[in-house]
Amino acid sequence: MSSTTTTPAGAPRPGAGPGAERHVVEIRDLAVSFATDAGSVRAVDGVDLTVRPGEVLAVVGESGSGKTVTASTILGLLPENATTRGAVVLANKAGTDEHDVVALSPKQLRAVRGTDVAMVFQEPSAVLNPVFTVGWQITEGLRAHGKVSAKEGRARAIEILERVGIPDAAERVDQYPHQFSGGQKQRIVIAMALVLDPGLIVADEPTTALDVTVQAEILDLLRRVRDEFGTAVVLITHNMGVVADLADTVAVMYQGKVVEQAGARELFADPQDEYTKRLLGSVPRIGEATARTAARAAGRPEGWAEATPVVAARDLEITYPGRFRRPGFPAVRGVDLTIRPGEVLGLVGESGSGKSTIGRAIAGLTPVTGGSLSVLGVEMNGARPREVRPVRSRIGFVFQDPSSTFNPLLTIADGVAEPLIVQGRARDLRAARARVDELLEAVQLPRAYGDRYPHELSGGQRQRASLARGLALEPELLIADEPTSALDVSVQARVLELFAELQAELGFACLFISHDLAVVDLLADRIAVLYRGQVVEEGTGEHVLGAPQDPYTQRLLASLPVPDPVQQAERRVELARLRSLD
Amino acid sequence: MSDTTLAPALPPRPSLWSRLPVVSHLRQSVGLQRFMLVAGLVITGIFLVVAVLAPVLAPYGYSQLRTETAAFGAQQAPSGDHWLGTTVGGYDVLSRVIWGAQTAALVIVVAIVASIFLGILIGLVSGYFGGWIDRVLVVVCDAIYAFPSLLLAILAAIVISGGKSSLWGGILAAALSITVVFIPQYFRVIRAEVVRIKTEAYIDAARVIGSPHRRIMVRHVLRNSTRTLPLIVTLNASEAILTLAGLGFLGFGIEPTAAAEWGYDLNKAIADVSSGIWWTALFPGLAIVLAVLGITLVGESLNDLADPRLRSRRASKQVAGDVASTSVAVQGNVVVDVTDPGAPVADPVRDVDEREGRA
Repeated sequence: MSSTTTTPAGAPRPGAGPGAERHVVEIRDLAVSFATDAGSVRAVDGVDLTVRPGEVLAVVGESGSGKTVTASTILGLLPENATTRGAVVLANKAGTDEHDVVALSPKQLRAVRGTDVAMVFQEPSAVLNPVFTVGWQITEGLRAHGKVSAKEGRARAIEILERVGIPDAAERVDQYPHQFSGGQKQRIVIAMALVLDPGLIVADEPTTALDVTVQAEILDLLRRVRDEFGTAVVLITHNMGVVADLADTVAVMYQGKVVEQAGARELFADPQDEYTKRLLGSVPRIGEATARTAARAAGRPEGWAEATPVVAARDLEITYPGRFRRPGFPAVRGVDLTIRPGEVLGLVGESGSGKSTIGRAIAGLTPVTGGSLSVLGVEMNGARPREVRPVRSRIGFVFQDPSSTFNPLLTIADGVAEPLIVQGRARDLRAARARVDELLEAVQLPRAYGDRYPHELSGGQRQRASLARGLALEPELLIADEPTSALDVSVQARVLELFAELQAELGFACLFISHDLAVVDLLADRIAVLYRGQVVEEGTGEHVLGAPQDPYTQRLLASLPVPDPVQQAERRVELARLRSLD
Repeated sequence: MSDTTLAPALPPRPSLWSRLPVVSHLRQSVGLQRFMLVAGLVITGIFLVVAVLAPVLAPYGYSQLRTETAAFGAQQAPSGDHWLGTTVGGYDVLSRVIWGAQTAALVIVVAIVASIFLGILIGLVSGYFGGWIDRVLVVVCDAIYAFPSLLLAILAAIVISGGKSSLWGGILAAALSITVVFIPQYFRVIRAEVVRIKTEAYIDAARVIGSPHRRIMVRHVLRNSTRTLPLIVTLNASEAILTLAGLGFLGFGIEPTAAAEWGYDLNKAIADVSSGIWWTALFPGLAIVLAVLGITLVGESLNDLADPRLRSRRASKQVAGDVASTSVAVQGNVVVDVTDPGAPVADPVRDVDEREGRA
């Protein structure tokens, strides 16, 4: 531990001496309510939490459990319509001064923010101002808390950038945010938080917007923040893998209350609260579904492998047109894929790997620019709209974002009936209603939900209704583009289960697109790993995830944090070994 | 599944009346915003009532110069016979102000009706299809923007009626010249919304199931892109009054014998102001200011209330309210709203309900 070189006051780790009983922040009986159009809503209800110096506290829970609101109170960042009760006692890093954030005036709050506590946000590209250099933005915090000469500020910025792992910091300090990658931007945001050497950093879903390989690097950095800077971290996340990787202690929040708080190892090994057990139980793990996949493969009829594939791509290329006189951007470069009848193909890759583009091309939403793509016997390369239309009634599509998959002005029944009406199976909603009710029941939604509007349903319910719409025409092929990535784990588990049941029952072929290896492994018969527009590895889940051959797949797999602190510590070593090979 | 079990889970759907644009805004408003909206609605309401009931309310006709026995006389000070005095031309000021409201209301209606349909149509087509049609339309609309609207109105007035005109000639001249200026505004607003909505997942969903373009445009795009229209309509209404008044003031308005018009009266009152005759200019001017103020207040309030970030709410002094159940994991069945942590929608009753539905 090299903390003595950088932090003059010293930052004892938990249990490392008399300083251990000191708290950087102590939340006592915190309650927060918001004034909304529908009256007051209580978001946090009597929360007690403490964070010791140099400790990583993970606050986990579903959306709406109050974890972000709790963390925002530490910085006094609540919106105007919030009412707060209780105390949030924040100490400075040296432990010489204390404030109750709830009672501070705006001016006093400004003095505390940055010096005693800093924040790292979810979306790094939205946090950095695009018109200023990163160096300027880092020194802005220094300027806000005292006079700093331009030269000195620059030197401090370069130093902090080096310490968060930005190569060539002396040159890059003058660059603008768009010149950095997503992971580097998050490093810069962390540097901004660290530059005033606060005792506590609040990180709100710091890796959710990042790819899994980049996520692993940022988690490493946050670990170094704790060890080298001696800074305590409050980590808000819904990803149990991230918790297992980084946290020292974990607080589980549910309906505005902390239901369980324990050390990370104890919590994962022996959860006490019912809710915690259920939360941990719904996290998908790799290898869970191997037996099911094998059983499905054994149950295939004779000659199934030789049947005409539903989708056959040969050397598929999709290039997005560039701006005037600029070359286009090749999103998909020479992909070979087949999906046979009744088969689930999982397509995995990072953002920008072209996985969604392939799904959209199969549905005819994005034009194919090269190679061959045959969907249900129709060649999509150069196909006219008239030729594509009959294919559409045989394809279903489930979209990623549950908040916008339904027209907000139409009822759920209207939305689900839409394909039936458009394809002429029913004249109007009344004629289609019987079939709509049937579909809603198939996805385990009560019929009465058909008369509700999309905003009156929760995210998971909307995704189920979206599945009902996708299945309305009894498609031979269903394309599911990240259908669960916007959902909480517990909701995700339900939707995935339902999906597997319906697939087994109705027997449609499916292209299941996801960035989450564990989710794909749960459902898919075969998995294709996509990297920069090319398929780098393809095979059964057992094959691709059990014994990956391609170095990219190996790295992807090793980067995926597993919800088990002990196992994750071993995997971290393995990942470090893989990285050193590059 | 009976509806009674559903009732507590979901507040009853408000009636059509309370979902109408202005009415729903009024119900949401509190404090200063409510005051602004109510004040605007009251002023606008008085303006409209006066316009409709002008023949009843006005003591004399707009072009009346004499009673059966005697002429009114020019520039008479306010008196029992003429509450607001008479103009230099010998008209009764009060009657002219009241009748003027009718003219102004007609111009607003004609201008908005003429521009809203065309503006929405080309905005929808342009935004939805994009490509070269879009580029041409945008350039044309930008060019119209660059043109001073009053100059355009003067040209239209000359073309339609040779400068001086009858009631409908004047109204059409004012309304059509305003239309030309308004169409680009509706076009811009609708196009921006359409371009945004075109990328929403439900449009893709409609395309995937093979919906024809016209159905997507009308059913999915258009209905979702009219949010900002009430605001633009109110702002344009006040601009229409100002343009009409400007035309009248410059002498391109409506002849006093054809209709009453505030701008014309103001023009004729210029000389009076310096000679101490205040009533001829004050009241038509006040009428213009009040009408524009009322409509603008309504428009501004609608704008603030439509945006949740600008809308003020009654904050409670104490921490209050119930914790909205984010998740009720009966049978591992969890209900969570992912869109807005501030406004969770799920509750236990629904989940009970849901199990019943499955049974």
